[in-house]
Amino acid sequence: MTAMLTLTVNGRDMSAAAPANMHLGDFLRHVLGLTGTHMGCEHGVCGSCTVIVDGQPVRACLMLARQAQGARIETVEGLAQDGRLSPLQAAFRDHHALQCGFCTPGMLMTLTALLRDVPNPGESEIRAAISGNICRCTGYQGIVEAALAVATRNEASTS
Amino acid sequence: MKAAPFHFHQPATLAELAGLLTSLSNARILAGGQSLVAMLNLRLVTPDHLVDINKIADLATLRQTGGTIEIGAMVRQHTLLHAPLIAQHLPVLVEALGHVGHMQTRSRGTIGGSCCHLDPSAELPAMCALLDAAFTVNGARGRRIVPASDWFAGLMQAALAEDEFLESISITPWSGKHGYGFAEYARRHGDYAIVGAGALLEADGEGTIKRAALVLFGCDTAPQRLPQAEAALVGTRAANIDFAGLAAAARAQEMMSDAQVTAAYRARLAGIMMHRAVKAAQGRLNKERP
Repeated sequence: MTAMLTLTVNGRDMSAAAPANMHLGDFLRHVLGLTGTHMGCEHGVCGSCTVIVDGQPVRACLMLARQAQGARIETVEGLAQDGRLSPLQAAFRDHHALQCGFCTPGMLMTLTALLRDVPNPGESEIRAAISGNICRCTGYQGIVEAALAVATRNEASTS
Repeated sequence: MKAAPFHFHQPATLAELAGLLTSLSNARILAGGQSLVAMLNLRLVTPDHLVDINKIADLATLRQTGGTIEIGAMVRQHTLLHAPLIAQHLPVLVEALGHVGHMQTRSRGTIGGSCCHLDPSAELPAMCALLDAAFTVNGARGRRIVPASDWFAGLMQAALAEDEFLESISITPWSGKHGYGFAEYARRHGDYAIVGAGALLEADGEGTIKRAALVLFGCDTAPQRLPQAEAALVGTRAANIDFAGLAAAARAQEMMSDAQVTAAYRARLAGIMMHRAVKAAQGRLNKERP
């Protein structure tokens, strides 16, 4: 019931074996060693395992690893380039958008996907996007402010 | 928790899928997986075989044929939410889709999965009931069409045999100037609704209602149409809708009770949601849409 998978993770081609009943989140963490993706509830409620699959944000606990055959996956490890935080990551730091950091990878991947589709989202769009991501310590205010800061900068750079 | 072991199948064609469903026992079809994979992880379901239909391109088509919109079972909620064809012809579906889960679950979740899983408080099956959708079922024994009125066989039970699968859902749009309304109450945005309602109205140039459809969901084991209240609307002036009467009709429907929500509370919500849905439909009647 184990099969070899080939897929692209953060731009790198990878190949590894996955049992049929393993979800994508466990595959990323335990097989590929990419522990930046956090597993919280493992039944699709908390959003902490959000990764981007073929351009779309998805819950890694609700997709089987075998379904990712040939897919292009982006995880939190792929956001920083050459040791430099992505603009959203930097804004999270500047706006105190994390404390314990457990929800942070899911928040970052959800908002990264949103900001690609909608470079200049308003507060309501940002709150709707992260309505599927639960934070239990920081509170959402700093997270929303960080995303708004990136949105405002995107608007300034396009106008 | 982790899913129990199962055999994984990934058919590429409808014929392969039909063959697998005939030959395998204790098999489950995996569509978007936004309910099923959670249930697998929690070991609420332990199939011996999982048949993943994500690779079957024939199930993922969205098209207009004649006057009908045909939505393949594997069309994703995200796709429907952003499809101009749906926005133009089935605006009530777009409004409902905004309440279906979250951005990350709509990326994978499908209309067919939702309509086969049949959570009583799911929005999409309720909209199919409201729009009198026709469900095309296929399998080794051939194709058949199931009208929405026969689709809901019981609590979380669609009118599908073990060797059959849902192929597509066909919906005939209402006239271009129909009014539509949707309302639901949930503890948090994106949660399954406790109670929701949908309404469609069509009127002539003088504002007399010619056609009406009303649905409640989350109240009982399946979505409930309100045929008597619909019939009472036909022939009345849209400006003089008896909202109190409609709310009373909604409250009088069968209501379930569970650990969190009593039947009395559901009934109270049903009246309010029906009022809001019909009010929205009334406001949009005979208006040009952007």
